[in-house]
Formats: sequence, structure tokens, C-alpha cells
Amino acid sequence: MIKFFLMVNRQGQTRLSRYYEHVEINKRTMLEAEVIKNCLSRSNDQCSFIEYKDFKLVYRQYAALFVVVGIDQTENEMAVYELIHNFVEVLDKYFSRVSELDVSFSISEIHL
Amino acid sequence: MPAPIRLRELIRTIRTARTQAEEREMIQKECAAIRSSFREEDNTYRCRNVAKLLYMHMLGYPAHFGQLECLKLIASQKFTDKRIGYLGAMLLLDERQDVHLLMTNCIKNDLNHSTQYVQGLALCTLGCMGSSEMCRDLAGEVEKLLKTSNSYLRKKAALCAVHVIRKVPELMEMFLPATKNLLNEKNHGVLHTSVVLLTEMCERSPDMLAHFRKVRQLSSSQLVPQLVRILKNLIMSGYSPEHDVSGISDPFLQVRILRLLRILGRNDDDSSEAMNDILAQVATNTETSKNVGNAILYETVLTIMDIKSESGLRVLAINILGRFLLNNDKNIRYVALTSLLKTVQTDHNAVQRHRSTIVDCLKDLDVSIKRRAMELSFALVNGNNVRGMMKELLYFLDSCEPEFKADCASGIFLAAEKYAPSKRWHIDTIMRVLTTAGSYVRDDAVPNLIQLITNSVEMHAYTVQRLYKAILGDYSQQPLVQVASWCIGEYGDLLVSGQCEEEEPIQVTEDEVLDILESVLISNMSASVTRGYALTAIMKLSTRFTCTVNRIKKVVSIYGSSIDVELQQRAVEYNALFKKYDHMRPALLERMPVMEKVTTNGPTEVVQTNGETEPAVLETKPPPSGLQPASQANDLLDLLGGSDITPVIPTAPTSKPACAGGELLDLLGDLNLTGSPVTAPAPQIAQPPFLLDGLTSQPLFNDVAAGIPSITAYNKNGLKIDFTFERSNTNPSVTVITIQASNSTELEMTDFVFQAAVPKTFQLQLLSPSSSVIPAFNSGTITQVIKVLNPQKQQLRMRIKLTYNHKGSAMQDLAEVNNFPPQSWQ
Repeated sequence: MIKFFLMVNRQGQTRLSRYYEHVEINKRTMLEAEVIKNCLSRSNDQCSFIEYKDFKLVYRQYAALFVVVGIDQTENEMAVYELIHNFVEVLDKYFSRVSELDVSFSISEIHL
Repeated sequence: MPAPIRLRELIRTIRTARTQAEEREMIQKECAAIRSSFREEDNTYRCRNVAKLLYMHMLGYPAHFGQLECLKLIASQKFTDKRIGYLGAMLLLDERQDVHLLMTNCIKNDLNHSTQYVQGLALCTLGCMGSSEMCRDLAGEVEKLLKTSNSYLRKKAALCAVHVIRKVPELMEMFLPATKNLLNEKNHGVLHTSVVLLTEMCERSPDMLAHFRKVRQLSSSQLVPQLVRILKNLIMSGYSPEHDVSGISDPFLQVRILRLLRILGRNDDDSSEAMNDILAQVATNTETSKNVGNAILYETVLTIMDIKSESGLRVLAINILGRFLLNNDKNIRYVALTSLLKTVQTDHNAVQRHRSTIVDCLKDLDVSIKRRAMELSFALVNGNNVRGMMKELLYFLDSCEPEFKADCASGIFLAAEKYAPSKRWHIDTIMRVLTTAGSYVRDDAVPNLIQLITNSVEMHAYTVQRLYKAILGDYSQQPLVQVASWCIGEYGDLLVSGQCEEEEPIQVTEDEVLDILESVLISNMSASVTRGYALTAIMKLSTRFTCTVNRIKKVVSIYGSSIDVELQQRAVEYNALFKKYDHMRPALLERMPVMEKVTTNGPTEVVQTNGETEPAVLETKPPPSGLQPASQANDLLDLLGGSDITPVIPTAPTSKPACAGGELLDLLGDLNLTGSPVTAPAPQIAQPPFLLDGLTSQPLFNDVAAGIPSITAYNKNGLKIDFTFERSNTNPSVTVITIQASNSTELEMTDFVFQAAVPKTFQLQLLSPSSSVIPAFNSGTITQVIKVLNPQKQQLRMRIKLTYNHKGSAMQDLAEVNNFPPQSWQ
């Protein structure tokens, strides 16, 4: 089950966040900061799946933006990895060559 | 009031903020503006304001004052308003807020709206944050929508149904009839969501699962064949542009179907059989060059492992995993290692074939992969490959990150214990671990290792020599130093005498040994626990070494004024031992017997009270029972002649302190008090549960029901032995018998040894007696504790054998005790 879906840039600013389980609002920023720290410390040839507390993070980097999805043990990690890519491709088609700015400015559209 | 700024403007302004404080200021200003605008009930700009509020919420600022506004937006007729309103509801509201119930009516109306998009919005919101009350109210509407022909609505309704089921499982039956037709759709969206719905139903309720496995209808809509058919179409069909992802059509749907097949096929032979073909087909036809293909293969492998597939299929699956391991992509390797770990229990041999690849993964750079490879390697170690694997694992231990070292060390210990081909190899391996990762080894490794060393009697000389050489150069690794000092203390005489069969014996003098122990004592790097070990070792050597006793005395007396309380106490007591109790010293510091492994601290925990001088301190210690070699037991067996009596091994009363002077009890008691688990071996200078005086006050064992009557078990020639009983509250099959031996003649009895044997269905444990001398004229008694385990609650019988010296001659006697009161064994 997907727990959350985040798009965060390298400076730690959240561009998009969707939580599928209730997380306190102050904990969210902390969670996001920790997650981005974990992802930044990985080099390019390292695995995209990280174990974090009691769930796994699947992340993919596109330019300066990290898409991170938190999943629990029952999900197929590779399928989620593909899902991320699919999502980014859809955004690409919708905005015709999407960039981070597009993501920041069109949040409501992306949510739906 | 000027028109509030658009969302884009807001975002642009926030982006210009350079510091966190600036950003917060801007946001607060905007919040204030939004709040006043809400108060003014401004309809036109409400949606813009709420959009801004949502953005600020995402950045992490509180936005709860916008909740009511969302509701108002939902109630409005304009589509844009509704859209933002529902979005806001999804993000800001959840069950915890009271406001959400107000939405129920709105959603109900919208579910029946004419525009499908509005209906879709309502379904989405309900599916996202509906509480159980809302779900109950609206489930009927959702079910109706599940049956429409509009595929856009159907798929949303299916997802909403999933959420309803999660919240209110009782409503599952309501959706059952609608699911029958779901899989007949062509639209992949509907297919996908209906598979999700079916998965959820099957996972939640085993009844549903059984129902789906067996449903038979005239139109042959059995579930498993249907799924198989859909899957086949997906694979076989040619290129379909709307569902294609890098050459494979709709992999997401494929993965979902595979997962549902897994759930259906688990533990069910018929379904598994129906699936075998398609699984083989998927496994062989899918392209593996892209990540997508690999994702599908991974899911297939998981499914094959879970259902009752035939062995050919399983081998295929493991080969796929093996291929994954050789792949360059890290993700794939990680995934392969994870699944191999899951399957290694069931298909051990197949996984063994890939052992070398797995071992190679240990050298990978990636942390996640290394961890997985390490776990898998430990699972793969068996009797045949233990030497090779150990070499690799030791090399890995050398080079891995600190966070792994503790786990790796414990794993190596466990594996070595189970599969060691020879004692020498075992000891070598452990020593290697101690020298490479000494400081990461867990605390309980030290006592385990010491016990292992005592158990391998023939290796003592070799072991102590190697340990000595190991700490000669470097004594910074605490566990290593602790083990080494203990061994040197125990077997120092072997070291000095220079006899060693396994290796070149080294010539060591007593002074050199003392040098090294002293330097351990002095060094800054030694923990206080280690120093305790070293001091005790030096003390033990006073009996083993012949020419350096004075030096030892000197060292011990120096530490009598050490700052460390623990050391000071020990040194003072050892000093006392030298001065006042020198006659006891050899007996006290004799060689330790072979220890039995202490497995758990079961109900036999003994609370030991300290001697008279320090009354108020209690300490619990697990009683390791000293095992005597089987020779004594065989004697007893011979004597008692075979029937169904099993001999019992009494603890050897070798190092017998006489009835205690107060200081001696201090000595033993204080040694016992050193709290950390690592020093548990250290007090075993004397016999393990030596504070038997404490045993008479055993709070764990209560006399149940006002006491079981005590009996006189033996009364002959002036020797009387009484049994008193206690039953344990925690473990009703354990009976504790305390024997008291008294002597009514005019001369004392010395070297008194009590042995006992019980029938086979019982187990017996004899603890050490309080002394071996029974003074004359009933002026004192010997107390000893026997614990009897009587799981079948049979009648207790016992044969006892007594040996003692009386009036200058050795006496021995055999007797049978049959008069046990019923309460002691029922």
C-alpha cells in the first residue's frame, strides 16, 4: 500500500505532497527532510530502494527533483518504480516538457 | 477590499523569499488576508483563497480555518468551486475533524448529479477520506454506480468500494453481486480497479476467497480462468498504443492480476494448477531488457513461490532470480536478494547453486545490497560449505561498515557453533572475529566463548597460547582481552609449562604472563570490567604459578586502594584470602569444571542473599549447574543396578569453602554482585551457586497450602537426613527438596557426599551442599537443595547414596526413599 507520494527538490522544498495515511502536519516536514537527506546521500549507482523505519522508500531523480514514494512491505517495489516513471511521463505530456516550475505552479491540477 | 491575489502570484512571491523567516512573514500576511476575506463571505474569490490555503498547507503551515470554506465550495454549483472544494476536503479533512460529517449530504447529492465529472469528484473524495459512518450511508449509492455502463464512473466507483470495504468490512457482501460482471469490461481502467477490488475482498475475508475460488456458473465465469484469459490477451496482443509502456502492454494490470492469482492460488491445488501454464508463459515471454519486464518477472516469481506450483516451475523461478543477480542494475539485484531470502527456507538446494554469486554481492558498494547478501549468506551456510563461507564472511567483517559488524559477528558465532567441523577451527574462527571486530561483539559473546573454551578440554593449551599471543601486541579490544585474561587465569600453568600439541609451543615465563596482565590492569584503554577480569586472573595464578606468589601478593595489595570500587573490593578480599584464609586458597581457586550451557533463566532463578555483614543486598543470578563428568554417574548406575533409574549428576563439591566466616561470604557475595552480565563468569572462581545459605529463603518458591510435611528420609548410624519440600508457584511440576543432614554421634562426619537417583520420567538437579562436614552432637547441619522436575506427576521415588568419613573410617550407604508425601508430587 502506498503511504505517501512526494516530490521534493534538492534544497528540501516540497513541490508536491500527497499522504494516504494520516500524518501530523508538523511531522510531515520532518519526514520530508529526513527522506530527502537519505536520498541525497546515495550515489548514482546505488539501489533505488531504501529501508526507512518500517517502510520502504522508492525514489527516482529527475534533474533537480526527487520523486519519493513510501510503500509498505506488500507492494512490488519495481512496479512502483515504473509507476513513478509513468507519472512523470504523463506530466510531461500534459505540460509539454514539464519542469519543476510547472510542478510548483500547477499543484491543483497535478493533484487531481 | 482589493481582489485577493491569484495563486500564481502568491507562489511567485514566496519563491522570492530568501530566508525561512521572510517566507513565514509573507505567508502570515496572506493568511490574515484570506481570513478576513472568508469572514466577509466573499463568494467570487473563495475558490482562489482556498487554493492558496492548500498551497500553504502543503508547505507545512496550519490551515484548519479553511475547512468550513471547503464545505461551502462543495455546496456551490460552479464546477471550479466544487473541484477546489473537494480537493481541499481530501487534503485538509479527515475523520478526526467533526466537520466532515456535514459533507455527507453534499456528496450524496453529487453522486446523483447529471455530470459524470461531478459524480467522479464525489466518488474520489469519498474514497479518499470517508469515515465509516459516511461509508455506511453512501454505500448503496456507490454500489449503484458500480453497475453503470459508464466506464469512467465504474472505475472510480470500484476504487471507492475498496475504501468502503476497508472502513466497514461488513459491507463486503453488498458489493459481491456487482463484481460478477466487472471483469467482462474491455476498458483497462475498469479492469484494473476491479482487480484491486477483488484483491481487497480476498485479502480481507477468507470466505470471500473460498467463494471466488469455487464459483461455478453456467456462463463459465469462474474467476481464475477469467483472469488467466485476460492475462493471456495482454501478453499475446500486439502493440496497443494506449496501454503500452516500453514495449509491454499495460504492465500495471499484469502485475495486479499476478498478485490476485497469488492470493487465489495460495494453499489451493486446483487454482494453482490452472495457473501453472500462464505463469510459465509469462516467465518465458517477457522481455527482460527493460525495467518493466523485470518488474513483471519479479511479480511472477513471487507468485510462483507462493502457490503450490510444480517443481519445474519453481526451478524456473529460481533461475530467473539467479539471472537477476547477475544483472548490472542494482535495483534488480536487490530485489533478487530479497526474494531469495524468502525462498531459502523452502528451496534450499536450488538457492545453493547461486551461492557464489551471492557471496560476490557481499563485495558490492551499495549498503542495502550488502545487508541482504549478508543475511542470505548466513542462511546458506551448512555443514559442507562452512569453511569456504566463513572465509568470505570473515573477509567481509574486516571491510564492512560498523553498522554491520555487530550483526555479522553474531551471525558468524551462530553459524560456527552449528557447523564447526572441528573444535580447533571453531576456536580459531572466534579468535579471528574477536581480533577483527572485537569492539562490536555483543556482550553475551564473551561468556559463551568462555564456556566453549572450557568445554573443549583438549584445546586448553592451544587456546591459551593463541590468546596470549593475541593480546601481547594489542590489548584495546575489550572482549578479546576479557576472554584472554580469563583463560590465562585458568590455564596459566599450561601456558608456562610450554606443552601444546597443536602448535609450536612458545616459551613464556611466569613473569611475562604477569607483566601482560598487569599492563592490562594499568592501561587506560581497559574498561573497569576488563580490569576486574585481569585482577581475578592474577589471583587465580597465585595457585597455578610457583615462584611469583609474592609478586602477585604485591599487585593485589596495591589495588586495595584503587579508586574503582569494584577493583578495590576484589583486591581487599583477595588480600584477606592471602592473609587469613590461605589454607582455603588452593581449594577456592581450583580449576573450573566444564560448564553446562545456560539456556534460559526459567523458573529456577535463585535469589541469593549476601552474608551476614551486608544484609540488605539481593541479587538474582541464573544458576548454571556444574556438570560433573559422567564417571560419577556411572558409579551410581552400577550400584543401583539397572532398573528404570536414571542417574543424576550432582554438582561437584570440589572447591568447598567450609562453613562460612563472614568475610568469606562477603567474598563470594560481592563477587556475585558485579551486576553486568559480562562478569557472570567471574564469580565462578568458586562453585557456581555457592550462596546456598540464601537458598533457604527462596521467595520464588512458596510453600503452597501451609506447607508440605517434611519427612525423614534416612536415619541410621547417627546420621539423619530430613527432606523439606517446596513447590514452585510458577512451575507446578518442579518440587524443591531441601535436605538437612545432622549427626547425633560424638564425632563429626567429614567429606560427606550426598547423591541421588530418580526414575526415568523425572529429572533431578542437585545443587551444591553447604559444606562437607557435619559437626557432632547435632550442633550443625549440612543443607543441600535438590530440584525435581516431575512433568508427568508420577509418584516420587528416590534412591540415595551417602559417603562420609566417620571415626576415621570411610562409610557409605544406599537407601531408598519412598515415603514422599503426596502433596510433593501431585
